Amino acid sequence: MSLRSTLRALPTLLRVGFSEAVAYRAEMFVWVLSTTMPLIMMALWTAVAREAPVGQYGSQDFVRYFLAAFVVRQLTGAWAAWMINYEVRQGTLAMRLLRPISPLWGYAAENIGAMPMRLFVVVPVASFAVYTVGWQAVPQTAWGWAFLLVSIFGGWLITFLANVAIGTLSLYMESSTKLMDVWLALFFVCSGYLYPVELFPPVLRTVMDWLPFRYQIGLPVELMTNAHGFEVALGLLGRQWLWVGLMLLISLGLWKRGLKRFAAFGG
Amino acid sequence: MLRRYLRLLGVQLRASSLLAMQYRGDFVIEGIISLFWTATALAPLFVVYRERQSIAGWSFGEALLVIGWFTLLQGILEGAINPSLTGVVEHIRKGTLDFVLLKPADAQFLVSTTRFLPWRSINALAGIGLFVYGFHLIGRPPSLLGVLTSLVLLGTSVLLLYSLWILTVSAAFYVVRVDNLTYFFTSIFDAARWPASVFRGVLAFVFTFVIPLAVMTTFPAQAMLDRLPWMSLVWAVVGSLGFALLSRRVWLLSIGRYTSASS
Repeated sequence: MSLRSTLRALPTLLRVGFSEAVAYRAEMFVWVLSTTMPLIMMALWTAVAREAPVGQYGSQDFVRYFLAAFVVRQLTGAWAAWMINYEVRQGTLAMRLLRPISPLWGYAAENIGAMPMRLFVVVPVASFAVYTVGWQAVPQTAWGWAFLLVSIFGGWLITFLANVAIGTLSLYMESSTKLMDVWLALFFVCSGYLYPVELFPPVLRTVMDWLPFRYQIGLPVELMTNAHGFEVALGLLGRQWLWVGLMLLISLGLWKRGLKRFAAFGG
Repeated sequence: MLRRYLRLLGVQLRASSLLAMQYRGDFVIEGIISLFWTATALAPLFVVYRERQSIAGWSFGEALLVIGWFTLLQGILEGAINPSLTGVVEHIRKGTLDFVLLKPADAQFLVSTTRFLPWRSINALAGIGLFVYGFHLIGRPPSLLGVLTSLVLLGTSVLLLYSLWILTVSAAFYVVRVDNLTYFFTSIFDAARWPASVFRGVLAFVFTFVIPLAVMTTFPAQAMLDRLPWMSLVWAVVGSLGFALLSRRVWLLSIGRYTSASS
């Protein structure tokens, strides 16, 4: 499959992904409801900050932070690990392999195709954030907006590629969903989804700066809420894309070697 | 009648334990994962209490009790409630619920007892460990009355969890594709790891009356600390029985709507 034919197929794949998202909108609604954790954490942290600010975060800052976290989580969601696990076990991955395009493009298009539907949730929440805490809830500068978009895309790529890497491991062992659970647990603790990374003890924060999780949620959220100056933001963005590159290498390597082991059970 | 159902429960339990014994290796993996999850449940607590001595009237040791109850109930949820009822969703989608309905026993009883995961009881042990550590930090043992009340509340909490699950599963009869119902349920349940007094306004109302998370973890923890008003205990018992009746009604209604899918 050449690059040109892949590019030609992409719009159609995206359209398929979009139609699927429209068809299963009830399921998307359930998904949105099950990612309301930031709103609960918002209630908790504003209660903590009621008496005195925590670090540099006051009640308003927590509202800003967690509304942004909710938005970013919606836009960086990926579920390829479960899809791959399911399709490997059922043997239906064979159908995808018959197509003259890598199945990975298919999974990616399904995820991205669902994004327009997500906007129906994201835009009202973001508007609500602006309404309650003012324009501080969105980037103040042109570069801020550009960085935010790049970081959301980078965050999605890390999430998606990690999904692919762990999903592909199901070709080496029976099922890798348990491994995905471990990854998710680490993600919740280290990504800044439950609390701003800044509130962590300094030693652990350095560790988190080197792990990929922080760049999935924390970085886009910080950029959305104007937490960094230009240079710091640029540095963090660089690290994020280093992780994107690394994840790309790992997941594609695992995928290529794993496919050779694939034997379609059932059929 | 009752004896027949007890015998049936025995048979189902035996089948599940035989299945679990086949996968003894899972014991270790499940153990590690459950300890890992407990640790992650604690992480936010450590971050919060790094900043404050007490939050909404709860000290660190007391908040540990709430997390302990959360972990314990999570073990029960994932070991005894989730596995069977996830099966129902699968049955509805494939249309194989017919075979369950045809059997000469109550369908709700049958689908709720099909599968248990005994290895998940490790979570319950982790919960008890948290109680011990929590009381160690508080510096005094719980009173006997407190323990007894909290055991009563354990019953009501399990009943509430089960009823909530039945309500969620009943939704599967109406909404077609609901694979991620389990995920949805556990993520809502996640909010129960915090003392309920943290939440105010709308959330406080929702978590007490609509999805009674506060009743499930905060009440038992308060009972252990001898801080639970008697009226709350009465309300918890009455409320959970009411919830159970409601879920039973909804289940019967939904099953009436079931039209064997495909085939």
